[in-house]
Amino acid sequence: MNVVVNGEPVVLEEPCSVEQVVRRVTAATEGVAVAVNGEVVRRAAWATALQPDDEVEILVATAGG
Amino acid sequence: MSDTWKVGSLELSSRVLLGTARYPSQAILFDALAASGTQLVTVALRRVRPTGGEGDLYRGLVERGYHLLPNTAGCFTVKEAVTTAELAREALGTNLVKLEVIADEETLLPDPEATVRAASDLVARGFEVLPYTNDDPVTARRLADVGCAAVMPLAAPIGTGLGIRNPHNLSLIRSLVDVPVIVDAGIGTASDAAIAMELGCDAVLLNTAVARSDDPVAMARAMGLAVQAGRLARRAGRAPRQHLAEASTSMSGVAAFRAYESSKEMD
Repeated sequence: MNVVVNGEPVVLEEPCSVEQVVRRVTAATEGVAVAVNGEVVRRAAWATALQPDDEVEILVATAGG
Repeated sequence: MSDTWKVGSLELSSRVLLGTARYPSQAILFDALAASGTQLVTVALRRVRPTGGEGDLYRGLVERGYHLLPNTAGCFTVKEAVTTAELAREALGTNLVKLEVIADEETLLPDPEATVRAASDLVARGFEVLPYTNDDPVTARRLADVGCAAVMPLAAPIGTGLGIRNPHNLSLIRSLVDVPVIVDAGIGTASDAAIAMELGCDAVLLNTAVARSDDPVAMARAMGLAVQAGRLARRAGRAPRQHLAEASTSMSGVAAFRAYESSKEMD
């Protein structure tokens, strides 16, 4: 299935959970947040399966003013 | 002398809030944070980069005991700002948010109308909202009225270091709202921070003035001291201004050399 992760097209094997796609890009367990199609996915819901064409944003704390 | 202050649910002794961006290195950033005495530091939320290492800043700050204040920098709409705040709360486990809804990229000035709407929405969602706002007393009062935990008027536009452009407005804001007033953006050097505190502001938030100075650690210390000095001066209460000079040393008992001076001139 094709999805978009942080603006980049990615091909994933189905099924793929939010947690699995997070693990592809970071090992961090804290300080990470995920949005799918513009909606926040709470940590408790990371087992949710992604759907084709989902747009996933995986964000962390970075330097800011 | 205990002089703590409260913002939202946090009680702090330091009145410096420091940003974490634009330092020459992460080691200098951590040294500068320590030198300033800050307890509350701002961070942004950005896409994780596949090269890794992104967890370091978050872990480094948390391990050193800093409270985190995530910002919504780069947001131009209410929706973007609210979603970013929700993501920040999810990632960092804090209800605090530095709300920025920017009107345009050229000035980076806040959009007052969208900032008030976003603040109202975030307060309803249980956030402790610290909005970046123009130095406009009316907007500041609206933000306080919708339940913000503080208001953060700018001294000058972000990153300009132009200092306090309208001290009278900051003092008006201080007298019009009951929540903490934190001067955010535009501080250039230590005297600007001291003036903000002398005007009665509760704290100062800065970043570029420290990070882009020649010696960020020394400047961070200078800012910490300036904020303390300004705060002390404010609490001490300045002597009244006078139009004409008034000798501080009494004329009573002054020695009589004048007659001697004038007789010498006659020689």
